[in-house]
Amino acid sequence: MLGLNKKDTSLLIVVALLTLLAPFILNPFPEGSAMAQFNAGYPDLMQRFVIFGIFAIGFNILFGLTGYLSFGHAAFLGVGSYSAVWMFKLLSYNVIPAIALSVVVAGLFSLLIGFISLRRSGIYFSILTLAFAQMSFALAYSVLSNPKFNLTNGETGLQVYADDPQILQGANAPDLPHLFGLPMRATYTMDVGAWSFDFNAGYYLCAIIMMAVFYLSIRIFRSPFGMMLRAVKSNQQRMNYTGLNSKPYTLAAFVISGMYAGLAGGLMAAMDPLAGAERMQWTASGEVVLMTILGGTGTLIGPVLGAGFIKYFENIFSKINDNVLHSWFAFLPDGLEDAVVFVIHPFIGKGWHLTLGILFMLVVIYLPGGLVEGGQRLLKRFKRKKKDTDDAPSGKTEPAE
Amino acid sequence: MDAILLQILNGLDKGSAYALIALGLTLIFGTLGVVNFAHGALFMIGAFCAVTLQKLLNLSFVTLDETQKDFLGNPLKVETPFIEAWFGPEVGAMIIDWSVPLSILFAIPIMLLVGYVMERGLIKHFYKRPHADQILVTFGLAIVLQEIVKYFFGANPIQTPPPDVLSGSVDLGTMVGFDPNAIIYPIWRLVYFGFAVGIIGAVFSFLQFTTFGMVVRAGMADRETVGLLGINIDRRFTIMFGIAAGVAGLAGVMYGPLNPPNYHMGMDFLVLSFVVVVVGGMGSLPGAVLAGFLLGILESFASTTWATTTIPGINQIIIYLVAIIVLLTRPRGLMGRKGVMEE
Repeated sequence: MLGLNKKDTSLLIVVALLTLLAPFILNPFPEGSAMAQFNAGYPDLMQRFVIFGIFAIGFNILFGLTGYLSFGHAAFLGVGSYSAVWMFKLLSYNVIPAIALSVVVAGLFSLLIGFISLRRSGIYFSILTLAFAQMSFALAYSVLSNPKFNLTNGETGLQVYADDPQILQGANAPDLPHLFGLPMRATYTMDVGAWSFDFNAGYYLCAIIMMAVFYLSIRIFRSPFGMMLRAVKSNQQRMNYTGLNSKPYTLAAFVISGMYAGLAGGLMAAMDPLAGAERMQWTASGEVVLMTILGGTGTLIGPVLGAGFIKYFENIFSKINDNVLHSWFAFLPDGLEDAVVFVIHPFIGKGWHLTLGILFMLVVIYLPGGLVEGGQRLLKRFKRKKKDTDDAPSGKTEPAE
Repeated sequence: MDAILLQILNGLDKGSAYALIALGLTLIFGTLGVVNFAHGALFMIGAFCAVTLQKLLNLSFVTLDETQKDFLGNPLKVETPFIEAWFGPEVGAMIIDWSVPLSILFAIPIMLLVGYVMERGLIKHFYKRPHADQILVTFGLAIVLQEIVKYFFGANPIQTPPPDVLSGSVDLGTMVGFDPNAIIYPIWRLVYFGFAVGIIGAVFSFLQFTTFGMVVRAGMADRETVGLLGINIDRRFTIMFGIAAGVAGLAGVMYGPLNPPNYHMGMDFLVLSFVVVVVGGMGSLPGAVLAGFLLGILESFASTTWATTTIPGINQIIIYLVAIIVLLTRPRGLMGRKGVMEE
């Protein structure tokens, strides 16, 4: 289907089903029950899932395929957000031109940065992108918000004011981001028994876009272009010796992933028409690196999983506090209960970053393939136990060096 | 003339911090070939050693002073630090006053230990993995260290004042013949600069004039051959990692009075220090020191009103700008050796 083989088609269908049915899947616990706080099916969080999913898919096209570790991708996200908000300010609150412009501007910006950064590789590339991103952050934060030429509105963040031109804004159009009159905040709540499910217009816009770009990334992975990028990762020198210039390929990958980041930034602004400089800081770039590695670098589904995993647990862990822990471990004897809560305490609530850091280190050390590799290993072990007789000689062939 | 001198002096304290951190980074890179993203966290841990010692010294017990009454008529509670009770009030107060310089003694064993544990426990397993993996795992470690410190000390900056004698300013201008009040400079910055020069000198002479240093330098040049000669080079490199951690930690200890330590100060310095290392030339120790001071001074010049009115915001981007230009025009950095990490 759509030029994909059977396996990829089923993967795409699974992802499509998961995203479309997310309001159901993420709300498994009835309203008002003790577990209801683990529901993640509210619009704001679901939007973040898919938006960061898009961001990570794009990052994976660069890092997963070519092995170039960029520490500056948040700059493209920020640029995307700024251009989307400018579209809201100048044209209208319709999200289509805003998203389109954010992709284009982020593409141009990444073309510029990529053209310079890709002259070096390895750790120098990482540091160059880091330097560019920090520079953009500093510029957006201070310089570009001077009264004469206010492009970013500095610390306050760029937002739409009542006296902005908005030349295409119709008289009846809603006064917040909308898609041809359908506001992004429109939410239809369906109550089924004790459960309630939210269907949010903004979420579905993001979800559909994510499916489209996910499909695109599958096609890139399977194309000759994708093969070329993989060749860059495995041995760029050898590739150059064969007389092939790899620069256009890596640059294309860089620009594509920059456009993905810009798209994510544009969508972020479309969900909430505000853009701030802190989105461009290098810790934000670090976050997308974490997502991609945690999910599984170079795999199709990995980045989406990683983004969902981090955003979900960020949300859940921040909610758990000592009282919740006490209610969980109430079955233990009193002294032991306090001890258990005391031990877990640093890792929850505000300590979520500590948990994330430890988890990330464990993944890098023991599971370089991320969650996807972990799942595959589990599956393999499970299968082996079932068969129990599968001791075929290792048919792995070593490549001639 | 005096304005130029003032800007150079202003750049020295940041430059010293850059140089010290970059020196440690380069040392680790040159010996072990590891890109250590957790080096900023070591700097931060050093600063928090000073905070810890200050807190320890200020541990107090409460006594009731019957001679003084508070406004309710109850006896006044007086907190006396244990130190003052043990050593007498005057010596005790002096020890507390000098807590930051004293922290150096406290920090050295801690930093060496932290460095040793880090190398043996984690980094050792990453020698043969790609640089990207090293960056990632040390990045994760930096987050973990930072969050641990945040858990124990909170998110707010903590003041670590310098000793009273060293806390004022001094009029340097009169000493070299300028008008009075032309160059007024905080004493602690001078102390910090002197301290940095001392540490840098110590590291260089250690490498240059001891047998241990000679072996380490030989190992940096050709690790395999040194190993074949029957020298346990790994053990020496581990010690060098500890020393590099110590240098970063001491830089942090003494930096506290200039800028109150908070848990993310390491990350703030890390990015800049990497830029410094790259500008100086990966693996070149003199290059790291030179580039550290150079960029610190450059930053201070870019912060003058003249510079910021000519090119707005130049003070925020100058270091990155220089790094980009250097990387593109002279890939191996200012003093990098040919062929070392030159991709």
